[in-house]
Amino acid sequence: MRQAFDEMSITDGQVRPAYETLRRWLDSVPHDVLDHRRKEAEYIFRRIGITFAVYGEENAQERLIPFDIVPRIITKNEWSTLSRGLEQRVKALNLYIRDVYGRREILKAGVVPKELVFNNPAFRPEMNGQKVPHDIHVHIAGIDIVRTDPDTFYVLEDNARTPSGVSYMLENREIMLRLFPELFAMHKVAPVEKYADDLLATLRSLSPRGGHEPNVVILTPGIFNSAYYEHSFLADKLGVDLVEGRDLFVKDEVVYMRTTEGPKRVDVIYRRLDDDFLDPLVFRTDSVLGVPGLMSAYRAGNVTLTNAVGTGVADDKAVYSYMPDIIRFYLGEEPLLPNVPTWRCREADHLKYVLEHLPELVVKEVHGSGGYGMLVGPAADKAQIESFRAKLIAHPDNFIAQPTLALSTCPTLVEKGLAPRHVDLRPFILSGSDKVRIVPGGLTRVAMKEGSLVVNSSQGGGTKDTWVLDT
Amino acid sequence: MLSRTADNLYWLARYVERADCLARILDVSQRLAYTPVSQGSTANEWGSAVLTAGCADLFIERYGPLEDATEENVVSFLAFAPENPASIRNCFELARTNARSVRTALTTEMWDVINSAWIELRHFPNRAMTREELSRFLAFVKETSLRFDGATFRTMLRNDGYCFARSGVQIERSDNTARILDVKYHVLLPEKERVGGPLDYFQWSSILRSVSALTAFHWVYRDSVKPWLVADLLILNRQMPRSLASCYENLSRHLDEIAGAYGRQGPSQRLSRSILGRLTNCDIEDIFQNGLHEFITDFITDNNKLGKAITEQYLT
Repeated sequence: MRQAFDEMSITDGQVRPAYETLRRWLDSVPHDVLDHRRKEAEYIFRRIGITFAVYGEENAQERLIPFDIVPRIITKNEWSTLSRGLEQRVKALNLYIRDVYGRREILKAGVVPKELVFNNPAFRPEMNGQKVPHDIHVHIAGIDIVRTDPDTFYVLEDNARTPSGVSYMLENREIMLRLFPELFAMHKVAPVEKYADDLLATLRSLSPRGGHEPNVVILTPGIFNSAYYEHSFLADKLGVDLVEGRDLFVKDEVVYMRTTEGPKRVDVIYRRLDDDFLDPLVFRTDSVLGVPGLMSAYRAGNVTLTNAVGTGVADDKAVYSYMPDIIRFYLGEEPLLPNVPTWRCREADHLKYVLEHLPELVVKEVHGSGGYGMLVGPAADKAQIESFRAKLIAHPDNFIAQPTLALSTCPTLVEKGLAPRHVDLRPFILSGSDKVRIVPGGLTRVAMKEGSLVVNSSQGGGTKDTWVLDT
Repeated sequence: MLSRTADNLYWLARYVERADCLARILDVSQRLAYTPVSQGSTANEWGSAVLTAGCADLFIERYGPLEDATEENVVSFLAFAPENPASIRNCFELARTNARSVRTALTTEMWDVINSAWIELRHFPNRAMTREELSRFLAFVKETSLRFDGATFRTMLRNDGYCFARSGVQIERSDNTARILDVKYHVLLPEKERVGGPLDYFQWSSILRSVSALTAFHWVYRDSVKPWLVADLLILNRQMPRSLASCYENLSRHLDEIAGAYGRQGPSQRLSRSILGRLTNCDIEDIFQNGLHEFITDFITDNNKLGKAITEQYLT
């Protein structure tokens, strides 16, 4: 693998213009001062209780995501390319989902193979022919972006179900403002705090009932969910109720919440609960997290669920590989953000190539997430590669493969001082009935281990504040 | 507001208050146990601490009869035992679980108190503590409830959520005061009065101490500690924040505020008013005449009833 592109310096000693001020500042501050501020940040995070859980871990309930105090900088120009590309992509995702549960033009045209839809475990036949309020399915999307050189941003993954991480984007900025006010004085950083207002405006625009203030709630699986902090954080920022399934009930196809003053009608549910658990009468019957009858209210058009049910049909890694075609099909435009070249192991010639080049490829499960169940060829030993080969041959449909990208790096504070670490970026795209909103920035995830390409927090990845410069 | 949110606030406040009460009980038991005059006494102060804390059944099941209770097993049972759902440690755990569930209804300051206490709690050893460690621990618990009350008072919006939280405190607090009286009522009875008996004096003053009212007693009555005055202070005196009358005055006010905001009175308002009426329209002599013990037992029953009524009316 070639030397990765470092976003601060093109080559040693030569600093990219956007980073010049930051570089000078970093050079002027002693390492122990930085280290001290890092500890301070960690202390604040723990005090506020910004924790997440890794499933299946002992004492999992309270872990901190490592926070790196060196910000990641994106220029205004770069951001404008990105945001146009993101908007285009989300529009296409929405049209695709609407089509898949509607007229299925794209299947008839043979652009996307039928099996990808109908054999997809995230496909919800319950949604066939179902109109959703305002024809929008993916109201909140997180699109993962990686970078390999100064000019190329790839989309790595679409998250169209319940993408998380936005609380870190907001809290990271808060902490940075608190710890490094002087740095903000030296840069013109576009603010991100508008996200809460944008989200609320988006959710309100989706209400199925006109004529009065909609009652918006956030539905959480509860305090044992790994992203619970984020759910409560968002409810707080939006000033809406954070409800659990047991707080809601359905009567005559209308959703109500139990309040101290009696039942109150609910219009929009920003649910942070997977489809499977939403309604035990329709999906998993053993779900105690959901609301019996919710789907009947939804189908009657009396409540909006964000995101809509069944959006998972658009965001697995097999569909991903068709996204450029999907964009062309619905929008008649060329994709503004390219995909990472992807081999679909379900196709014989692709599989053949993948099996021949395993040591240099990254192989991912089509329905996997969180960095689980993947093979990073260059980092794997022989035994790992051989066991993966067996899995691939047994279930080729379950896998896709991509070249091992030299993900860009950003300087990161580690024990020995500043060192380059690989990063990605997850911006959040909000689609309301009125317009698409994107706050400048997103969540930068960083692989804290030297050389590691896995940025997922469940695998020890950390986060950084992401600065989009306003000049 | 969501019923569950109100429920979480109510219980969060109750658990913090309960932890505080337990710390006071342990504090006083420790003091009594080390008082020279108690050495010859047959009464087991540690056993009565368990009684006051209201978890005698579980204790007996685990450690045997209360007469044989020792400092070591009572302290570990009331302060740390994971199997005692009402141990101080569990109160803090439950308080934090409730707080996490209603993060959005708490101010940062309130959350900070609960979360920091929960983190701090892990620094205290699980093994038997030295006396010094125990004192430090009890001080920490009391400090936490003070900080929590302070944070609530200073930062929380005065809305229905505030009223539910404060109602939880008052229900828990009056229950605690009543149970202290219930366990010790015999030393307050007039026929036991032998002027100047040093053991009795320690018993009376320890009751006052367990509700932090020893100094207050002297300010209110300007008299030496007398059992009927102790009873008067803890039951009827409205200036005394832990007295039953004061708790119910506050409780009725908070419940009325909720009813006012929602435009509807209900069973909890009626019950609370009737209990307050009983605490207002009598003096301590009436109570002694009709039986102190019966009065307290009835109160505990009614207080529990009110707790249930609040739950049914608002929290489910």
